[in-house]
Amino acid sequence: MYLTSYLALAAILFCIGLYGVLSKRNAVMLLFSVELMLNAVNLNLVAFSRLGLFPNIDGQIFTFFTITVAAAEAAVGLAILISLYRKKETAEADQYNSLKG
Amino acid sequence: MTGLAWAVPLLPLLAFVVQLLLRTKGTKKLVSFIGVGLTFLSFVFAVYLIAQSFIWNHNIPTWQINWLHIGSKVVTVGASFAPLQVLMLFIVSFVSCLVQIYSIGYMKADERSNTFFAYLSLFTFSMLGLVIAPNFLELYFFWELVGVCSFLLVGFYFYKESAKQAAKKAFIVTRIGDVGLFIAICLLFWKVGSFDFSIIQEAVKTNQISAGMITLIAILIFAGAAGKSGQFPLHTWLPDAMEGPTPVSALIHAATMVAAGVFLVAETFWLFEASSTALTVVSYIGAFTALFAALIALTQTDIKRVLAYSTVSQLGYMMLGLGSLGLTAGLFHLFTHAFFKALLFLVVGAVIVAFSNEQDIRKMGGLGKEQKWLGITFLIGGLSISGIPPFSGFFSKDEIFAAVYQSGKYDLFAAALLTAFCTAFYIFRLYFLVFTGRGAVGQTKTFSWYYQVPIWVLAVFPVISGFVQFPKPILGQWLKSSESGTLWWIALLAAFVALLGIFLAYAVYQKQWISASSLMKYSGFGYRLSYRKFYVDECYQALFVWSLKGLGWVLMGWDRFIIGGIARFIKSLPYELGTIGSYVQNGQVQRYLLISVFGFLLLLLTITAGRLIF
Repeated sequence: MYLTSYLALAAILFCIGLYGVLSKRNAVMLLFSVELMLNAVNLNLVAFSRLGLFPNIDGQIFTFFTITVAAAEAAVGLAILISLYRKKETAEADQYNSLKG
Repeated sequence: MTGLAWAVPLLPLLAFVVQLLLRTKGTKKLVSFIGVGLTFLSFVFAVYLIAQSFIWNHNIPTWQINWLHIGSKVVTVGASFAPLQVLMLFIVSFVSCLVQIYSIGYMKADERSNTFFAYLSLFTFSMLGLVIAPNFLELYFFWELVGVCSFLLVGFYFYKESAKQAAKKAFIVTRIGDVGLFIAICLLFWKVGSFDFSIIQEAVKTNQISAGMITLIAILIFAGAAGKSGQFPLHTWLPDAMEGPTPVSALIHAATMVAAGVFLVAETFWLFEASSTALTVVSYIGAFTALFAALIALTQTDIKRVLAYSTVSQLGYMMLGLGSLGLTAGLFHLFTHAFFKALLFLVVGAVIVAFSNEQDIRKMGGLGKEQKWLGITFLIGGLSISGIPPFSGFFSKDEIFAAVYQSGKYDLFAAALLTAFCTAFYIFRLYFLVFTGRGAVGQTKTFSWYYQVPIWVLAVFPVISGFVQFPKPILGQWLKSSESGTLWWIALLAAFVALLGIFLAYAVYQKQWISASSLMKYSGFGYRLSYRKFYVDECYQALFVWSLKGLGWVLMGWDRFIIGGIARFIKSLPYELGTIGSYVQNGQVQRYLLISVFGFLLLLLTITAGRLIF
């Protein structure tokens, strides 16, 4: 197995996530895309900890850590989203513009 | 008593001021009588002056005070009363007085007649002031004032588009000549350091100015004179100026103001005498104008226009006389012409009234039976302008012919004779068309004495005024110019040519042995050329008006598109930049993100490129 295949997959995942963040209007889809990008980073960490120049367990620990934090972030994000949806009656991100000057 | 000479120009000024104050409050009668009364008083003084100078041979002292000190130079104002000046004072105040009396009748129905009389007084003042000016600066001042009065009076019916245009034209065309005069005055001041006629004359005599400079100055002065006196190529304003009320045409555009040009040349005659080139220019332009205008007058159908071109033609005669060293001849013709042309215009004014404001001679006829007195007075004026003895025009024209003949320019002599023929023809064409033949009037009008008195008084002068120079040249001696008398065969020839012209008019328009229409057809293009005034106006339109308009368009385009374009570009540059900026910063997180991604990619690309190159 080559490190490059993992990195390429991670890059593709990251790009898909980035594309989603940039182009989707639905806030739920935005959160999904952010998760996708986070997981692409996790994949990188795992790949380097196993196939990198200096294989080490640190990367995998870091990945667990990131997954935990991401779960917490998703919980908070979704909670905000639901309360916003109740207030605005929409999930479109560009409608949340009441802070615009 | 001669100290009162000042009153001659000042009385009309007083009249003007009073009339201006009474313009809205005063009754028409009061205002007009103030003008007539004060002008008459001024005329009485002028008669006294002429008696002093002409009969008792007194020298009337020149009056002069210092006005301005410019460094060591002193500019003076004053008044001189040499014979030439006194003669002009007499003519101007006399004709002006009569014309004002006539205007009382003519302008009776006009509600702005008070303004009209005020203008007439102002004009009389300016013309009298112009005449007595002893230096160029004062002369130029009054010269322009006269121009302004002409503008005001030509445009008196300013609600008529044609009158408005004519007033503008009169002002602008004469301005072209005035620029010449102005430059001449500047040059003289530069070379001599004074405006005074006497000092400049002394400088010319003692050869302080080079010959070329004298020629240049003389020709520039003549340009000014040509503008005022309607000489070719600046004559076009004069016929158009007939849009003014008829008394104005009589006063300004026949008898007095247009004579200002001739007067100027006579006043500065010593300058012209010093340059044969300038004299040649004056005589050739004069002769050409005389013939040219007479040819146009042959075919015009507007009665006032015929007289206008006739005036241009006669002024050409005067210039021709002056240019042929005939100072007395030119001034004598100015003197006689002032009377008979004013007479003709006043009669024509009455004719126009009789035909209920009709000016087309083809629609007139038979007036001689109903208004016999108009017929007789017109005949007197007509015979005089044609040069039939013993009327005044005969003597004065004869002097001019003699002067031209003695100057040895036989081509000019031939042109002058041809002009005399045309003159007799066109004036009697008018006479036969208007006063004889079928009557087209209908009702008879009675004319008040306001019409009758000036016309009859003026009618006396063409009969008697010729005798101031014949049999003895009294006028010439008084004006102190030495000229040999006339030659009898020239006098006979001139009278014969004039009679020929009258006979031809008689044959065509009275007996109709030759029909006018066949004459028209026979002359073909010549007729059209004359009828359209040799297309001079059209040429000017194409040459000056359109070319200037074209230049105006180009400049406007330059201003609007080039200069304006740059200004608009500068204005819109920050605006457009701001638009781009506001497009980027629309408050949407995703767009910021996209831009930062682009920035990141750019960063990556640069770093990679930098790695590859270095």
